[in-house]
Amino acid sequence: MDRKYQLENDPSSRINHMEYLPDMEVIESDICDKVLEEMNSYDASRYTARDVRNALSHENCSIEDVKALLSPAAEPFLEEMAQRAQRETSRHFGNTVYIFTPLYIDNHCENYCVYCGFNRYNKIRRLKLNMEEIEHEMDVIARSGMEEILLLTGESRGSSSIRYIGEACRLAAKYFRMVGLEVYPVNTEDYRYFHECGADYVTVFQETYNSDRYEELHLDGRKRIWPYRFHTQERALMAGMRGVGFSALLGLSDFRRDALATALHVYYLQRKYPRAEMSLSCPRIRPIVGGTDLCYEKVSERQLCQILCAYRIFLPFAGITVSSRESSAFRNGIVRIAATKVSAGVSTGIGDHAEKYGEECGECKEGDEQFEINDTRSLDTMYNDIRGAGLQPVLNDYVSL
Amino acid sequence: MQEKDEKDTLVLGGKEFHSRFILGSGKYSLQLIEAAVRDAGAEIVTLAVRRAQTKEHENILSYIPEGVTLLPNTSGARDAHEAVRIAHLARELCGSNFVKIEIMRDTKYLLPDNAETIRATEILAKEGFVVLPYMYPDLNVGRDLVSAGAAAVMPLAAPIGSNRGLATRDFIQMLIDELDLPVIVDAGIGKPSQACEAMEMGAAAVMANTALATAGNLTMMASAFRQAIDAGRKAYLSGLGRVLVRGAASSDPLTGFLRD
Repeated sequence: MDRKYQLENDPSSRINHMEYLPDMEVIESDICDKVLEEMNSYDASRYTARDVRNALSHENCSIEDVKALLSPAAEPFLEEMAQRAQRETSRHFGNTVYIFTPLYIDNHCENYCVYCGFNRYNKIRRLKLNMEEIEHEMDVIARSGMEEILLLTGESRGSSSIRYIGEACRLAAKYFRMVGLEVYPVNTEDYRYFHECGADYVTVFQETYNSDRYEELHLDGRKRIWPYRFHTQERALMAGMRGVGFSALLGLSDFRRDALATALHVYYLQRKYPRAEMSLSCPRIRPIVGGTDLCYEKVSERQLCQILCAYRIFLPFAGITVSSRESSAFRNGIVRIAATKVSAGVSTGIGDHAEKYGEECGECKEGDEQFEINDTRSLDTMYNDIRGAGLQPVLNDYVSL
Repeated sequence: MQEKDEKDTLVLGGKEFHSRFILGSGKYSLQLIEAAVRDAGAEIVTLAVRRAQTKEHENILSYIPEGVTLLPNTSGARDAHEAVRIAHLARELCGSNFVKIEIMRDTKYLLPDNAETIRATEILAKEGFVVLPYMYPDLNVGRDLVSAGAAAVMPLAAPIGSNRGLATRDFIQMLIDELDLPVIVDAGIGKPSQACEAMEMGAAAVMANTALATAGNLTMMASAFRQAIDAGRKAYLSGLGRVLVRGAASSDPLTGFLRD
């Protein structure tokens, strides 16, 4: 615990968060510079109602327009933004809503991120599933009808090796038509290997695009290296992945700037890799087991809705996932407007799907959760709720070749 | 409102231009070129190498006013190989590295051959040419032309010589929105109002030839185009205002579920 105290209280004890570690691949890319230039010059208070009205009337939403839509001046226009967002969603996705489930296979972590329940100093039950246990969980989930899975680990290369994750992907590819990964960032060659093992989608959250704030929140571990994390999606695409997911964890820093940076990260990467599928998430920070009282920015439901509408209007082609951190009422409302993907049957703990899906558990091992979920609906309930809202639930959108 | 933004220049191959009107030189008599260039305010004039008389009979080069950049085109080329050969001749003839690629495989509609155009662009860009490919507006092709080293892309607005205006409007808009290169609208623009609309959309420049050649008064039409292109550019830079859409709002509010 001395080390923890030192990291928290002595900034000089931390490694340089802007300097790559020796084994981290550096790629040539100007996307980071472009995103930061726009984000750093963004003054949300500068925009007026007139700018918002103009933005809403433009057929194509420009960077200036999305800046207006994310500004406080747009808050009184939320209903109009929602109407426009709904038209865009409908134009690109019809009335379909995709359902997937996450599967946490290891909650060991080598990082010290002060807001995260998995951080290495947090006293939680740690668990790593072996291949047999992973397969059992997958079997249970697949039998529920789920066809898309997102595999997650804590960020520990020591515990979840590249080989371990690759083997989990191979298993997942046997049970599911679409396999996504949300694991620690790796180099291009490792993404190529994951892709060969059956993974096709890589999601990494930047948490915050404000690198100074990032430094205060990610005190130790490989995750501390901000630029390596920024370029993750591009490395995944260079390795042949079909799609990539993005997010800031809203509330860690100025949420309007983080929302703008996330949108521009997608925008510029899509221009560079037009074949890639892009998706966004929009989580707000939630309480964690053993959490501290760090000062976070409050993001209201109306502000979250505003951000999601701005994303939809600016990036009509992008998938938008709404986290089970949010309430069922919010998720029900937002799938009518902007979201295209929801998780169901979610557990952010380890090894508890069998129990959750009504199986006899016996002496199942369970590890603690990463964060508290809010919407606990099963696949069947979610499916019926979506259908009840006049939308079409979809379990798969992918042909594996 | 600023009358003129001095910094609003069109940059092609590292060279700055203040005019955004590119003038064709075919289809009308050589004696009219100088007046047309003057009234159009044009700084770039295209030249069909295959049609250029360079010997004693009315050498076209002697009709091009001082200070104007010649943009030789490869019209007549049927594939990339021929376009490259014509570009080499053009460089000798005009002493400039600028070249507009035109490759057509049919003589009826004169539609550009996009695949061969990409090939020629790649070869000539590597040789150091400033390549401006004439193309059918296809976003995938646009991206390939960017990768091939084009200095700008020149999508057609309508069949060449048709004066039918922005028939491919939506597809040109995609090029403007998605490519990090100047998009110069070429072919088919028949009226100043159409040129103005292309500029309002965000085109970097407009090229016209037949619209002037077939006008009652060529130089007056050149002047009208010049004003229309300036107006469209200013409108684009100033940011177009909103257009009210009637009946778009739903009576059923979508945001009633939000708690805070």
